[in-house]
Amino acid sequence: MSFLIDNFVELTVTGLVLGAVYGLVALGYTLVYGVLQLINFAHSEVWMFGSFAAVWVTVALGVAPGSALPVVIGVLLLALLAAMTVSGGVALLLERVAYRRLIRLDAPKLVALISAIGASFALAEIMGLRDRVAGWFGLRDTLDPYVRSARDNTRFQNPLETEGVFTVGGYTVSNVDIIIIVSAILMMVALDQFIRRTRTGRGIRAVAQDSEAAALMGVNRNRIIRATFLVGGIMAGAAALLYLMRFGVTRWNAGFLLGVKAFTAAVLGGIGNVRGALLGGFILGLAENYGSALIGSEWRDVVAFLLLVVILLFRPTGLLGESLGRARA
Amino acid sequence: MPSTSVSEQPVTRNGAALLSLDDVSIQFGGLKALDGVSFDVREGEILGLIGPNGAGKTTCFNVMTGVYQPTSGEVRFAGEPLGRRKRFAITRLGIARTFQNIRLFGNMTALENVLVGADAHHRTNVIDALVRSPRHRREEREGEETAREVMKFLGLERRADELARNLSYGEQRRLEIARAMATKPRLLCLDEPAAGFNPAEKAQLMDLIRRIRDVRGLTVLLIEHDMGLVMGVSDRVAVLEFGRKIAEGAPVDVRNDPAVIAAYLGTEADDAGEFDQEGDL
Amino acid sequence: MTEGKASPDTEPASARSMAWGPRLGWDRGALARRVTALPRPVKWALIGLVVVLLYALPLLEIPIVSTPDTDFGGVLFTVASYVLVALGLNIVLGYAGLLDLGYVGFYAIGAYTVAVLGSLQAQLSWWLLIPLAVVLTTISGILLGAPTLRVRGDYLAIVTLGFGEIIRLTALNTEWLGAAKGITGVPRPPSVELFEVPHLKWEGATAVVDLDDTTRFLFFGVADQTPYYWLTLTVIFLVLGADRMLRLSRIGRGWEATREDEDAAELMGVPTFKFKLLAFACGAFIGGLSGALFASRQGFINPESFLLLLSILFVAAVVVGGAGNRWGVILGAVVVAYLPERFRGFEEWRLLVFGLALLLLANFRPQGLIPPRRAKRAQAVDEQLEALEEGTARA
Repeated sequence: MSFLIDNFVELTVTGLVLGAVYGLVALGYTLVYGVLQLINFAHSEVWMFGSFAAVWVTVALGVAPGSALPVVIGVLLLALLAAMTVSGGVALLLERVAYRRLIRLDAPKLVALISAIGASFALAEIMGLRDRVAGWFGLRDTLDPYVRSARDNTRFQNPLETEGVFTVGGYTVSNVDIIIIVSAILMMVALDQFIRRTRTGRGIRAVAQDSEAAALMGVNRNRIIRATFLVGGIMAGAAALLYLMRFGVTRWNAGFLLGVKAFTAAVLGGIGNVRGALLGGFILGLAENYGSALIGSEWRDVVAFLLLVVILLFRPTGLLGESLGRARA
Repeated sequence: MPSTSVSEQPVTRNGAALLSLDDVSIQFGGLKALDGVSFDVREGEILGLIGPNGAGKTTCFNVMTGVYQPTSGEVRFAGEPLGRRKRFAITRLGIARTFQNIRLFGNMTALENVLVGADAHHRTNVIDALVRSPRHRREEREGEETAREVMKFLGLERRADELARNLSYGEQRRLEIARAMATKPRLLCLDEPAAGFNPAEKAQLMDLIRRIRDVRGLTVLLIEHDMGLVMGVSDRVAVLEFGRKIAEGAPVDVRNDPAVIAAYLGTEADDAGEFDQEGDL
Repeated sequence: MTEGKASPDTEPASARSMAWGPRLGWDRGALARRVTALPRPVKWALIGLVVVLLYALPLLEIPIVSTPDTDFGGVLFTVASYVLVALGLNIVLGYAGLLDLGYVGFYAIGAYTVAVLGSLQAQLSWWLLIPLAVVLTTISGILLGAPTLRVRGDYLAIVTLGFGEIIRLTALNTEWLGAAKGITGVPRPPSVELFEVPHLKWEGATAVVDLDDTTRFLFFGVADQTPYYWLTLTVIFLVLGADRMLRLSRIGRGWEATREDEDAAELMGVPTFKFKLLAFACGAFIGGLSGALFASRQGFINPESFLLLLSILFVAAVVVGGAGNRWGVILGAVVVAYLPERFRGFEEWRLLVFGLALLLLANFRPQGLIPPRRAKRAQAVDEQLEALEEGTARA
């Protein structure tokens, strides 16, 4: 208990940082669920691929920490772009390969879930076997810096040096902390505006509310579904870079745990609810941190899973209520 | 156990109330789906329940079968309040229903669908099934007899081994009735059984509903849009509009009731196409 | 990888459904009819032959089937465990239609009961441990099911996944349960050594009885795992019998009706919640039993034995074979458990192949390799409809 009190500020800030990442990944779950009422189990791999894209960009550019600020910013922006592109691409691939046929056939939800589980395994394994896959094409040596130790942790060399900005309650809040929390909030606001104001956003809301009526009104449902996957993927790509800036490592199977937690965040905020996703992320991040401070850090994941179970059992519509369709316009 | 004796004697049409709605209201958020509705379904009668779309007819069914709990008021069956009984318990009490949009167990055979209905009164537990206890064997035998007999009554005996989803539309409608009848109800609630039927099929259905009452001795509550059918087959008719009962009585009286005419003309103004579908008043 | 990639190309959807039957001799309707038409004694003799063959399998050392790299008895035990687990999960997933992604939790509870009460915290007799494990697992199934089964379908999958992980993490973090280092010295089934059974040895096409290679009948040791296989096989036959009885009763029909349309089932007098709970309990019972058998063969368990991955593999076994059909499920379990053992060299590709296989199956054969008998006819109709729809869509 005293540990919690002594480190309250640190736990809170890192909880919010973690929560920001959860929230951005949760968007992918929330959007797809809102539009299709399906749990996109493979969304975790969308994030994972984005994280590798970010790592590879920094490896390719080889910028040492402490470079000039414009260079650092340039590299980070490139990494962000790469992560978003790759994540968005993987999300679209997922829609094409794992979902499109089943959506067209109006297959039972469980079949779609199993399809997504299969896709999730395949994607994670491809990343875990990337050295072998490169070997097929005779690129094993050429690509060595990108594919070596495929089953181990991959480090992200953050070009931005972590610096303290101000100190509160014995904890020095760093520039990275601020960047992560602020960018997550900004992205959430941007997405919220996108959903409310653009034509595609209106289409997403319309399909979420009543897919058939939307189709009758001339909304191209398939296009909207693709757009939904793409937007969710882009957000996951951003989350991947932010995550790496703070935690520094990724791994072929890192997606699973983060995915389950992000899904928890989505449910917590009310699945299908865009604003709820970030709120759910923050609450989950804080709960994990406070919880592990109270009962021991080895129980961190149990706290998250318990929270998930309790929420699903007692308030399955989440804190802010479900429904993307009713996103206040 | 409710009586299922096959009597050739037409049952008296003025029996005591089998099912009573007493000042039943039900509210969803700000919307009052039913507002102080009271009426009786009398033992042995065919009661038609009509009203424009959204008047609360299916909600009525849902309150009677335990899908919704009334916000206020009470539903009594054979004098006993339904209270907070579970849906399956209400079925065992003797109320069975069909669905507006067919809800069969598509991947089970027609016979199995009806058997599920017949199982409503069975008590076989895991141990019985594992050791094939006498009770299990007796119930299986009885269940199959009931199911085949009911299917024969509905002219489905030849389709017993066909998957429910592979039956024709009309057969599926009849299979729903068979499944409901296999639960040995005293009150059979039919939710738009003639939807999508042509005039010949409607005539057959009218005949069937009469036989269900006359031959099987069941009380029938009928929701239907087709006025010709409702007026032709019902002993009495109750009319709902906006969750309130606006009329009740013999078909002739209801037909001439100004409130009813107004209600239907009102819908005509909103949605002229639908009025055509519903036929003449 | 190659196998996974090749299947969609070499087997286009239309040709596949036709090709499967003849190639495997699997026109099941005809096969079933022919078997039923046989005179009773012949039928029983046939069944008896199959049963004897299954028991004798580890002794026959059939050249291609036998695994060169590992003890074949051990492989057969693994396969048999998967079959048992798959039969249990099939009740939950195939019959009642409840996607349980935490099934490994039951497996773990069964295994941990035997390990903790048989070695770590107490030294109970094996004869007491097995029923205890089964009872505890069944109770935990009911405790888990009672609150969670009210949750809607796809949420249930996630809740059970959460529970499975909670069970593993609890074992991992609790000293009393052995924590990360696990539990050793799990009691083995008591041996009743009666006689020795020789294996066969193949020299070309002729089999020779190899008196040097023998299995001590009902000696549950470390090296020779054949007796564990026999034990599990016996359990499988018992479970199969029970499964059949339940399936042909009001309970099986109730499960199926609940899977098809829960509300309609409830309104037709099926106490759906009770039945779903019952399915969960039955599934937990079998899962716990196989976990207990696993622990007493292994002699050692730790939380690593109960990763979420295993749950997914179990689901894969059921889905690959054809949820709801017990023969399909058995085939699925055999495929999932046996192939990686037979082709050890490809082990690292196994999950990739599984992932792709799940993906392809869900998309092109959602009913599984051997669909439930009736789904087949329905599927044919659906495919026709689909073809028609596509035709009009293109026009």
